[in-house]
Amino acid sequence: MFPLGIEPYLVGGIIIGIGVGLIYLITGLHATQSSFFTATLSWFSKRKHFQKESNIKERGWRLTLATGLVIGALIHTLTLSPTGFWTTSVQLWRLVLGGLLVGFGTRLSSGCTSGHGISGLASLSKTSLYAVIVFMGVAIVTANIVQMLGVSP
Amino acid sequence: MNKRNIAVLIGGILFGFGLSYSGMTKQEIVLSFLRLEDLGLIFVLGGAALVAAFAINVLAKYQKKPVLGGEFKPRRRILSWNIIIGAVIFGVGWGISGQCPGSAVASLGTGNLPVIAGIAAMFIGAYIRGLLDS
Repeated sequence: MFPLGIEPYLVGGIIIGIGVGLIYLITGLHATQSSFFTATLSWFSKRKHFQKESNIKERGWRLTLATGLVIGALIHTLTLSPTGFWTTSVQLWRLVLGGLLVGFGTRLSSGCTSGHGISGLASLSKTSLYAVIVFMGVAIVTANIVQMLGVSP
Repeated sequence: MNKRNIAVLIGGILFGFGLSYSGMTKQEIVLSFLRLEDLGLIFVLGGAALVAAFAINVLAKYQKKPVLGGEFKPRRRILSWNIIIGAVIFGVGWGISGQCPGSAVASLGTGNLPVIAGIAAMFIGAYIRGLLDS
């Protein structure tokens, strides 16, 4: 069940929670990720969906948050990471097809693993609990079907 | 950079560090969770949600207002078909690729260049969602 142990998962999760909690206590903002795409697109598309006031107001700090994610992962990679710089061997078509569905689905769902999974559950939102059960269940079924079809990596 | 963005940047750095520390920036590890071979991801999500829940439901009550002003609003959404159908579509994408928005972006910092294609695809997916909404 835990071939790599529990420690990296639990400690990593707690560090993530501290980051999310710190942002909330200082600014009142929920550090969620999928809105980053919609907010960033407001710089490039004149369509009403992207030009909503909330997107314009949030796009600056959402870009800052995304930058922080990259810097934080880079710091870990350069310091404590046992593997250092690393490249996935998951096939490109999986990253692209999966990415399309992730981008569309999380925006239709108004949340992702961080929006529904961390901030939503932490806010005791029932809607987010249902969303997490659905996307996790569907992802488990999907990943097993992909494996059964012999796709690897 | 204003104070708010500095706080967001520092919190974001912790968030990204934790994602890399926990291995969530590696699509292989996420996929091994989804195939139920390594259940560690539950501890990442659970640990993060519990700590964040303590901040949102306990510390924020004592503090009354965010340090930089404004007000605290827990993140709640009204249940709708869009949220459930979106979660189904997201789940298929997550299961195919092992990427979710935060872990994919953080993965850039680990030198994982192929994920750029995944992030570009997420932007296109979010854009298509916007086209259908208009």
